[in-house]
Amino acid sequence: MNRSDFKQGLKGGAIIALSSAPFGVLFGAVAIDNGLSFLETLLMSATVYAGASQLVGIELFGQRVEPWLVVLSVFAVNFRHILYSAALAKFIRHYSPLQKFFAFFLLVDPQFAEGVRRGESGQGVSFSWYLGFGVIVYISWNIATVMGAWFGKMIGDPASIGIDVLLPVYFLGMVLAFRKRMGFAPIVAASAIGSIAAYHFVGSPWHVSLGAAVGILVAVLLPLQPKDEPDAVAVEAEPR
Amino acid sequence: MMAASLDTGTLLLILAAAVATYITRIGGYILITRMKSIPPRMEAALNAVPAAVLTTLVAPAFFNGAWDVKIAMLVALAVALRFPGLIMLAAGWAAVMICRHLLGL
Repeated sequence: MNRSDFKQGLKGGAIIALSSAPFGVLFGAVAIDNGLSFLETLLMSATVYAGASQLVGIELFGQRVEPWLVVLSVFAVNFRHILYSAALAKFIRHYSPLQKFFAFFLLVDPQFAEGVRRGESGQGVSFSWYLGFGVIVYISWNIATVMGAWFGKMIGDPASIGIDVLLPVYFLGMVLAFRKRMGFAPIVAASAIGSIAAYHFVGSPWHVSLGAAVGILVAVLLPLQPKDEPDAVAVEAEPR
Repeated sequence: MMAASLDTGTLLLILAAAVATYITRIGGYILITRMKSIPPRMEAALNAVPAAVLTTLVAPAFFNGAWDVKIAMLVALAVALRFPGLIMLAAGWAAVMICRHLLGL
């Protein structure tokens, strides 16, 4: 373990931990509201550990949808992680099998964005850094879930205190962090159109996988870069 | 009082969701390491993944959002071009609060 890397990870993760906490609280509150027990709510955050899909899952669970359909929807929302672990592979190949096991368990959106940013900037994605970043986000997510489950009823309407807008704004910031990359504009435009169309014609949560597929298809069809230009590094991927 | 109980069906559902999620998190790595080298087009595809996926979480939220959400996201976009992420988040939040509580949007 490298202490300074671990500390750097903790520091970077702390901001994510804070900005994701409202969603953890929101999930805790919604889960209790949809009929999960306190223990089940915490268990879901601790084992699934994927915010958007937890909210989708709990929504469907509350509507008494068939269990296999709930699991399939969680899978669909989380399908993007397949692409994350593929893109992250070249930076974490040196991890031991056990380290990989934990690394993939902790692979949430900001962990991925920050990991790739770090890898591409040449700082290296050490396991110490990865664990520091991941652990603080994981712990805070579960504490926030507990708080939400306990105090959920007191929050009232999330919209009246503006919580609902934090998630899309947060994701918008993550998109913009990649704006110096080749093909950024056409890829984002294609994904935007694709996801909006899929949202209307197929429905949520498939707009995530389908919209991304359109953007990736455009990336594949764009003219290839001349050999090994150092790919413009994602700038300021996350608040630090 | 909060029930601290575990229902077997619900427990299995949660664990199935957890396994399904873990498969998505390790799947890409397994697929990519099975291949000896990555063709350039595939590399281009992988490089496009983060922006493409994240866009699908943003675009429908903007498109389907009411005016308060649209304004907040545009404000955040403008702020993000010059300032770090947390300031952007604060600006978006402030904008939506102003829209809702002062402008009544």
